[in-house]
Amino acid sequence: MSQVYHLTTPLSEETTRSLKAGDIVYLSGVIYTARDAAHKKLVDLIEAGEELPFDLEGSVIYFVGPTPPKPGDPIGSAGPTTSYRMDSYSPTMLKNGSKGMIGKGKRSQEVKDACKEYGGIYFGATGGAGALLGKQIRSAEVIAYPELGPEAVRKLTVEDFPVTVVNDTYGNDLYQMGREQYEVK
Amino acid sequence: MREIAYEEIVKNVRDIIIYSASNLPEDALKAMKEAYETEKSPVSREVLKQLLENADIASSEARPLCQDTGLAVFFIKLGEDVRITGGLLKDAINEGTEKGYTEGYLRASTCEPFSRANLKDTVGYNLPAIIHLDIVKGDKIDIEYAAKGGGSENVSRAKVFPPAAGKDGVVEFVKECISDAGGNPCPPITIGVGIGGTFEKAVISSKHALFRNLGTKNEDPEMDELEQRILEEVNKLGIGAMGMGGTKTALAVHIESNPCHIASLPVSVNVQCHSSRHTHITI
Repeated sequence: MSQVYHLTTPLSEETTRSLKAGDIVYLSGVIYTARDAAHKKLVDLIEAGEELPFDLEGSVIYFVGPTPPKPGDPIGSAGPTTSYRMDSYSPTMLKNGSKGMIGKGKRSQEVKDACKEYGGIYFGATGGAGALLGKQIRSAEVIAYPELGPEAVRKLTVEDFPVTVVNDTYGNDLYQMGREQYEVK
Repeated sequence: MREIAYEEIVKNVRDIIIYSASNLPEDALKAMKEAYETEKSPVSREVLKQLLENADIASSEARPLCQDTGLAVFFIKLGEDVRITGGLLKDAINEGTEKGYTEGYLRASTCEPFSRANLKDTVGYNLPAIIHLDIVKGDKIDIEYAAKGGGSENVSRAKVFPPAAGKDGVVEFVKECISDAGGNPCPPITIGVGIGGTFEKAVISSKHALFRNLGTKNEDPEMDELEQRILEEVNKLGIGAMGMGGTKTALAVHIESNPCHIASLPVSVNVQCHSSRHTHITI
């Protein structure tokens, strides 16, 4: 049976290894946004041995490119983007201390293997629920690559941000499990 | 001749873009509610519940339904008795698009294909709009608009089959496309299928098929039957809402069919996510 957790970032490996595919998690604390273009820059920095714009240890990365905020709001609509585009970068991020990713859609075997090896979790957020998810974001600040516009790296403070564990540290995949259950052959 | 002012077109385009971004049309909302009622998987039902809540929040607080506010796609029928005063139709559509996306606080999602540089400061904010134009009888401008997101566009496909592939070939092609896509295009989806014509005609038809209101029947009984057959097959795949596993992978299949060359059977599949933001106005 799936469990419900309320967790605060950064995430420890002890915490991530206690989660199972299908668990529902409400995340609070700081998370960082990055999409394709920002991932490329971050991984280039890691490979060059240079300092990153934020501390990767225990970090959760949200794959999102929000809409611009209306006056008075911290951020606009902010639902997840499709994650496979980050597949080639995520293992490097996990190897260097990041513990969580939030996106939508299936991941490569390399990413699932990296989750097992480094204690990472791939969380799914509901794609297209941008208005609902944006409301759980309390503050947002661009901390790197402002030239990327919606793809800039943002530091977000979230409260009870609703996600589901899709890939856990044991090789389970909620998408596969769910589909096998309802597929009519 | 009827005169329509350039500025009137700009204003109409701006307004429908802003409205569509935060108001799911009635037909899509109804289809989503039906999906919520009939979906068998509790996990998928939970996703559908969140999406219905999201539609409520978006509409009541005028927030975009989704952060991917899309590329602006238009199918325009220009009556040949219309004279546009003060500028060109294409410029009016683009100006209305830029105004809608900036004044509505929507995302600028157009970029250079390789450098990936955002075009908001060079070409214009979320420009150029994608415009399909037809000239028809009459003195009106008919505008169909949709905000087309990237996730569902990325899983779309086209192929020219030999005629022998027939309906079975079409069904298999659509099934394979949706099966490979899994949860990536944000199911429950609408599947636009363009059949016949030339290669590009099939592709444009598959796009236009997505503008048809959900819950409406194909006027051609043969195509209606094929739509139902494909829908049934696709919903056996078990993908469910956001790929979480379930019985409602697609809300509908919409087919547009055209006469084609004796040597070819072009087929195109264009996928629309659950956030089917489309609208239709006549000026």
